[in-house]
Formats: sequence, C-alpha cells, structure tokens
Amino acid sequence: MKLLDCPVIGARPISEFDYMGEVRVPPFEADEAAWSDYVFNRNGAPGVLREWWYHRPSGRWYVLMRDTLTDRVVGHVDLAEVRYELPS
Amino acid sequence: MPWRLLKHGFKSSHDEPRFFPETKPLKNHYDVVIIGGGGHGMACAYYLAKEHGITNVAVLEQGYIGGGNTGRNTTIVRSNYLTPEGVKFYDTSVKLFEDLADDFDLNIFYSTRGHFTLAHTDSALRTMRWRAEVNKQLGVASEVVDRQQIASEVPYMDLECGGQSPVMGALYHAPGAVARHDAVAWGYARGAYNRGVEIHQKTRVTAIRTQSGRVCGVDTNRGSISCHQVVSMVAGSTPRITEMVGIRTPIEIFPLQACVTEPVKPFMDTIVVSGSLHVYVSQSSRGELVMGASVDPAVLHSTRSSFDFTEGLADKMLDLFPFVSRLKVMRQWAGMSDITPDFAPIMGKTPLQGFYLDAGWGTWGFKATPVSGKTLAWTLANDRNHELIEPFRLSRFADFDLVGEKGAASVGH
Repeated sequence: MKLLDCPVIGARPISEFDYMGEVRVPPFEADEAAWSDYVFNRNGAPGVLREWWYHRPSGRWYVLMRDTLTDRVVGHVDLAEVRYELPS
Repeated sequence: MPWRLLKHGFKSSHDEPRFFPETKPLKNHYDVVIIGGGGHGMACAYYLAKEHGITNVAVLEQGYIGGGNTGRNTTIVRSNYLTPEGVKFYDTSVKLFEDLADDFDLNIFYSTRGHFTLAHTDSALRTMRWRAEVNKQLGVASEVVDRQQIASEVPYMDLECGGQSPVMGALYHAPGAVARHDAVAWGYARGAYNRGVEIHQKTRVTAIRTQSGRVCGVDTNRGSISCHQVVSMVAGSTPRITEMVGIRTPIEIFPLQACVTEPVKPFMDTIVVSGSLHVYVSQSSRGELVMGASVDPAVLHSTRSSFDFTEGLADKMLDLFPFVSRLKVMRQWAGMSDITPDFAPIMGKTPLQGFYLDAGWGTWGFKATPVSGKTLAWTLANDRNHELIEPFRLSRFADFDLVGEKGAASVGH
C-alpha cells in the first residue's frame, strides 16, 4: 500500500487523503490575462511544491511540501502561513 | 526460417539490415529540431520529409525510440469524442492509421475491434447519446446500444457487475481499434531516416537558445546545434521544456498506470471501457489482457507503478469479468501523462517565434500519433497552425475558448 508520510500525523495510506493541488492565492484585482493565468496555468515542472492534502478520516487539512520528482514529503507548512485576507 | 538461421550460424557476422542507423555526430545546424523521439516526433519528422521536402531535421531523444509514453499506452485508437473539433481531429487520425502498414511496408498489427464504452448511470448514458449525435453528424460510426446488444456482442461480461452498478447501455464505436505501438514509432522512424532525417537517441536537450525573441538553437549533452525551428513533442516532460523558454502552460503531470495479464486463448474481440468503474481492457494479439485505469491521485514526475493500482483495477475488473480472477498479472508499468484542464491537447505556435508545442497528450496521445505528426509538419512548413489544430492552440486558455473534452477523453477524470 502506498503511504503518505505526513509530518504531523505520521505515515498513512494515501487512499485516506484527497489531493487538492498547489497552494495558490487568487489575484483579487486582475485583468483578463492575469485572471486566466491564475485559473489555468500551473507550475508543472518537477520541484518542491506546497500542496493541499485533506485527510478524510480526521477531517483535517494539511499543507505539505512535497518533491514532485521523488514523491517525498520534505516539510509541513503551518496553515497560518498560507492564510490570506479576503478584500472587504 | 531454420535454414536462414543455420546459414547465419556459419557466418561470423550476419547481414540483417539495421532498422535504425548507428549514431552519428551531431551536425552544427539543422533547419528543424524535434525534441522527443516517440511516435509523435517520428511522425512529424516523417511527414516533414515526405510531404514538405524538409529533410535537414534532427530528432533528439533523451532515451530510446518509443521508450516513453509511446511504449506505455494501451494502444487504443478511436474517434468517438465529444466536441466537433476533437472528432474531426481524431477521425483523421483513425483514417491515417488504417493505411499506415502499407505506407511503412511494416505490420503494425492494426486490428479493428469495435469499442464499447459502458454506461452505468443515467447521466453517463446521456453523455453517450450526446457523443453519438456529434459523431454521426461528422460521419463517424457511433451509436448508443442497449443491454441486449451488449450481451450478444460481449457475452462473457457480467452486465449486473456483481449487483454493484449494472450496465444500462453503451456507446458502440465500430472503428475502435488496437495497434502495435512500438511498430508505429519504428515505422515512422525508418520512413523518416530513409528520407534523410537524423535520429539521435540518448541525446538530452539541456537548454533552448533564443535571440531577439526567436529560437536560434538548442544545447544538448552532446553539444550545441543551431536551428530555426524547435518543436517539443515530449508529452510527460513538457513542463521541463517549457520552463527552459519561460512559457507558462496549464499542464500538470500525473502518472498513468497499466498492466497485462498472462496470455490466454483469444476470447475478447472487442475493446471494453467503463468510465464509472475506471477501467479499460482489450486482448492483445498475443492473448494478454491489456488493462488500464485512471491517472494516479497526485502530481508526480515518475514512472514507478504501485500495488494500489493493480489492487484497485482488479477489484473493478472482477465486477465485469468474474472469471479473470484466475489470471495472473505479468507486468505493470506507468507513464507520465501531461494533463490539461479541458482534456484536449495543446498544439502549434507559441508566443516564442520558432518554438512549437505538441503537448497536453494526457491519456489520449497514442491514437493521435499520425494526425499530430501530419498537422505539426504542416504547421512547421507553413509557420501557421493547421486548421485541424487551431482549436488546440496554447492561447485558447487566455481567450477562455476551451475545447471541453472531459466527457470523452478517457475514464474517471
């Protein structure tokens, strides 16, 4: 069974997680070009990405730093760090 | 054959002609550099030489010919897509495939089987009616069939799926076929080589050089080359190439796995696909069941396969074909799929003059091998997008003009 080595809760079967992609911040004021870049384009090359993982059994969200070439989790990001304010 | 073998046995070297040439040193200049020596790259080189007389071409391949996704797919060829743009494009490909063996004078084991896409839900059946209507409008044989017809054509399948999710109907596509993927790449490669194209294996592109907004050459692990046009036909390695030239794309890489069972007597003469169960299967000419599923759950640049895949696939296979429980899985493997948000490819010109893309092939690349080679060759020769690939241009994302092919691209996306 393939495991995801989560630095917070330890190694768990990857089937317990939902993968939600790279952590990104939407541009709140953007022209069409900047908006389409945000909506569609991705950092597709191999490297360490900060990604959302949702652990279904515990109902918790994690932001993990994972090397997409080796599939190793190299760190964990505190949720406060990826927080952003919505424009009022 | 035994006499021929015996004759060779008495000779110190045998005179069987090499299919591919020995590697020569790289020249300083080529008119066109094709990155990627898979089916698409070889087809592009072949049509450049054959139809446009452009022969000062180098195909650079970091591994060996057809060793990437060309040799890792499940070889299904079909054209029953959802959008008119997609149907026209893939139908051209099916027609080219049908004549390839003659063109190459090489058996590509092209075998028209008929292709069933099973519907287990009302909504799946609705999408299939939609697809059938689009297909028929464009002259592609495609129809929705009921349970009785499926039962008579695929009698060895359990239409109840073990009671879990009964089959309600299917989209039947008579021209659906399988082919020998290696032979397709080799046939194109030999045809291109015989017309003067140079094929360089174990040659990795490390940088793409530009000068005043246009391509002027590439650097490789075997030296530098100057050129006017570069086309990237590298599927799962596309983001590494586009990063070299600073072009942003929506492509993300997900592993796609497949496996084959031990060979058994031929019993399955159709291709069966179930989107809801995430499985597609056909029987190869050797008798192996060739099976695949949906892509892995997370982005990964790796071709390692996992036990989770075979376990999940076997579970679904047993719902459809309970008797295969006695078969053993012989081999499993993975390829890197370059997935796009609308499940259509990205082809043609880019913002960088002289740099062209043939990418975003996700889980639907093999069937497009001939047509992508042909249309990209035309695009390179004329420096404008061929009309068949204009809908698949990179700028469609900036224009919010997508080609939504999700309902027909593959399974379970």
